[in-house]
Amino acid sequence: MNNENIVLTVSNLQIAYEDRQIISDLSFTAKQKDILVFLGPNGAGKTTLLRALQNLLPYQGTVSWNAQKISYLPPQEFLQRHSLPPLNIEEFYAFKTADSKIIKTMIADVGLDESLLTHQFSELSTGQFQRMLIGWALLDNPDVLILDEPTSGIDLGGEETIYSLLHKFWQNQNLTILLVTHDLNIVWEYATQVICLNKQQVCMGTPDEVLTPEQLKRLYGTGIKFYKHQHR
Amino acid sequence: MNTQILLALILSGTIGAIAGYLGSLMLSKRMALMGGALGHMTLPGVALALLYDFDVSVGATLFLAFGVLIIWFLEQKTRLHLEALTAVVFSASLATAFLFLPKDDIDIALLGDVSQISSITVLVTVIISIVLFFTVKKIYSSMVLASISGDLAQTSGVNLKLNNALYLICIAVTVALGVRIVGGLMTAALLAIPACTAKNISSNLSQYTVISTLAGSLACILGVIAYAILGVPAGPLIIIASALLFLVSVFKQQKG
Repeated sequence: MNNENIVLTVSNLQIAYEDRQIISDLSFTAKQKDILVFLGPNGAGKTTLLRALQNLLPYQGTVSWNAQKISYLPPQEFLQRHSLPPLNIEEFYAFKTADSKIIKTMIADVGLDESLLTHQFSELSTGQFQRMLIGWALLDNPDVLILDEPTSGIDLGGEETIYSLLHKFWQNQNLTILLVTHDLNIVWEYATQVICLNKQQVCMGTPDEVLTPEQLKRLYGTGIKFYKHQHR
Repeated sequence: MNTQILLALILSGTIGAIAGYLGSLMLSKRMALMGGALGHMTLPGVALALLYDFDVSVGATLFLAFGVLIIWFLEQKTRLHLEALTAVVFSASLATAFLFLPKDDIDIALLGDVSQISSITVLVTVIISIVLFFTVKKIYSSMVLASISGDLAQTSGVNLKLNNALYLICIAVTVALGVRIVGGLMTAALLAIPACTAKNISSNLSQYTVISTLAGSLACILGVIAYAILGVPAGPLIIIASALLFLVSVFKQQKG
């Protein structure tokens, strides 16, 4: 593997909180244009891992980035949409760029109507809000986009729209995506690499290697069946 | 116009404006609680100032700094939340103030006093308010981003701890200024009500900050005018004027 293509190297990562070990001895790399998915049960440490990767939490071990710009979208429950000042979408985007042409292009690219720019967060549906956030995250052309369950609380149609949108950006830009999701169909359809996590690395590989009954049982501790469709 | 009233109008209008501007960022319950608690923490300082005849804002600032330091120290030493520690310190401050607050001056400490204002006080207040305005203006968008998500702000390059500390210092100074006009019990209202008024009638952030600033200033000016006419303490009149402006905004409020 060409080392220049590696955007993230994690070695012997340990994360503990108040004497409780959250992540033990995790090592992996992500390379340019990877869609690296972290898969695992609730409480496996996926969100903690994403936060530690961005220095939002203390950790032991090494996290080394080879990327200029990293954008992060926390899970929806970590985002305040109500009890905010009357911030509209255009003003929110203007925190990143003052160029209204770029803002309008991005809002169109994420499939939202320009009229929504004058709307406040609380006036958007969950799906619109998430698409708006993806546009915001991509506004300054990041090399890496980190997403934590970007479709939680969104219906199946909305979920497909969000992932198609992300895939479109991924295809058109030199973008590496780190993603936490529970949806095995999304993993199968879009991931280039999967890390199964349950406090420590349980398995790692391509979706084809990881989404097997044996590996899923090791990860979730119960029999999970996943039917692979060959039209990926 | 009486010079004292003119000075009171300039002083109160300026403090009202800066309190309205800073209050527009007082979004979280935690920050709102801090505004009220800080007001109470000024009282021992105000009591000392009245006892030894020096400027009440100076006394208030000294005790606020002392109170904030104690809270910070306790936060390092215990596992208690900021809200709990603030409650302990502000209750203790209130109790201490009543131990040695001169009985004749209780009104001034609790309700404020705009009857004896020097032009130097006005000048210093205006200069401090300008510094506060530009300090908060610099961190305003970062603070709004942090109110959406601390993680989002931090990964966008915002130094959350530094910004919060700066904002808290600015709030503390504003409270120390506000104590002079509305007393130690009502400074939270000086910060909170204009922002509520502005939120009711604003459709975007720019409008919101401008309206909050103007509503804060207008309430203080109206309160001082009422004081000049009625001769009752200006502090309660300022807060009543602010509440009336809020009431008007309720009937004019925007959707959403």
